[in-house]
Amino acid sequence: MSHIEILRAGVLTTCQDAGRPGWGHLAVPPSGAADQPSWRLANQLAGNPTGACALETTLNGCTVRAHRNVTVVVGGAPCPVTVDGRPEAWGQPVKLKAGSVLDAGPAEVGVRSYLAFSGGLHPKSSLGSHSTCLLSGLGPAPLQDGDTIPLGPSPAHPPLPTQWPAPWAGISEEIVMKLHLGPRLEWFRPEAVAELTRGVWTVSEHSNRIGLRLDGHMLRRSDTAELPSEGIVAGALQVPPNGQLILFGADHPTTVGYPVVGVVGAEALAAAAQARPGTRIRFAPVPMPHWSKRA
Amino acid sequence: MSTRPTTHPLRPLPAGPRGILIDCGTTAVARACYRSLQARRMSGLLEAADLVPGATTVLVDGIDEPELLAAELPGWPISVEPEVAGETVEIPVCYDGPDLETVAKAWGVSAEEVADIHSSVEYEAAFCGFSPGFAYLEGLPEEFHVPRRDEPRTSVPAGSVAIAGPYTGVYPRSSPGGWQLIATMTNPGRLWNEHREPAALLVPGTKVRFAAVRV
Repeated sequence: MSHIEILRAGVLTTCQDAGRPGWGHLAVPPSGAADQPSWRLANQLAGNPTGACALETTLNGCTVRAHRNVTVVVGGAPCPVTVDGRPEAWGQPVKLKAGSVLDAGPAEVGVRSYLAFSGGLHPKSSLGSHSTCLLSGLGPAPLQDGDTIPLGPSPAHPPLPTQWPAPWAGISEEIVMKLHLGPRLEWFRPEAVAELTRGVWTVSEHSNRIGLRLDGHMLRRSDTAELPSEGIVAGALQVPPNGQLILFGADHPTTVGYPVVGVVGAEALAAAAQARPGTRIRFAPVPMPHWSKRA
Repeated sequence: MSTRPTTHPLRPLPAGPRGILIDCGTTAVARACYRSLQARRMSGLLEAADLVPGATTVLVDGIDEPELLAAELPGWPISVEPEVAGETVEIPVCYDGPDLETVAKAWGVSAEEVADIHSSVEYEAAFCGFSPGFAYLEGLPEEFHVPRRDEPRTSVPAGSVAIAGPYTGVYPRSSPGGWQLIATMTNPGRLWNEHREPAALLVPGTKVRFAAVRV
């Protein structure tokens, strides 16, 4: 049988690939790996084509048994790696023999480690993606001890070390995010931009793949009307009536009823995916583009 | 039946480095704008990862040069009449919801009349949201709009037919919910089926009628 077996699922381990973008009009969140650069790099090092499905852990890693010979790369959040109890390299291809047990331990920094297996994982797919979505329930359920996941055929030509791409991104305790202002900046008081520039927020414990809740300065609105539901993108910074910022991630709702003051880009989203509770977040606002000014 | 395209003010707003939120001002213009964007995308004139209609907006996500689309939008001709009249989806329901009496009181009618009124309207799916398979259905006359419940329920059963503000909706799966529950769909499994194309029974633009069944 060519599959892996989950011996210890940890607090939350899910299957993630590129997700299912393009179904927002049917209320389907995009999902996919929360830290896309780490997921992509882990797959590249495992010799997989772009888009292969890997495991995404949360804080305390996971343990798997390989049921065939397979190359695995543990990347993303740095963590101790062992094979059959012996230490192995993090962030590099490791060969597992059929029957061997690989443990990815608790993250030393960051939140999410990625385990990419040569051949990729092939759990249940829905709307063309193997990704688990915490908000909608689409895709495979979060993994439990004892689950098995089929492996795809091993790639014919694993990459040579000289072809290895850029290094793993660092993970810091304070993240400065470029914040592209809008669409609903007008719903806030004029001093909102200065407040966003000066403020320091910390990532709340009530954060997950759907979004990060940020504790800190409450942003106040000048317009308290009810916002008719509208579509949002991943990286949207929403301000609910209580003023507590929510930075939406991969499993975000497709439409929301509170104004979005700004949107962070892909690089910041990847950093947000590795931000533990307590991580400090600051914003560098980017002004609204000239074409959005009222005529 | 074709209507000459007219120009409605479409206001482009930035939604991140690769997105535009088009504020259309009204629901009718938003629907027409969505249809127009879909047609452009089908014919290869627009490359976007996602088009997401909202109540009075359309989000265009995953575009390489938002400024080019933004420059075109203000003068864009939009026809607000539907070009093709689609089929009407009939949803059999039993008017037995736990908020039926509350709604009857708010409307000043009997519970039976709530069923008659609610099932006499032809609705249109304005947009989807909340959960895959859930559509915001418009059409209930303004005098029948009711607010959401003060205390949302922590669990609403799948198939619950609910109203709030200008909308009617059917919960495709069990979830928390704050709308007023007036009826139950007999077969809620129809709302979402991943092996069907499209997976959602109610997509933006679908016409809907509720048919009362007695048990």
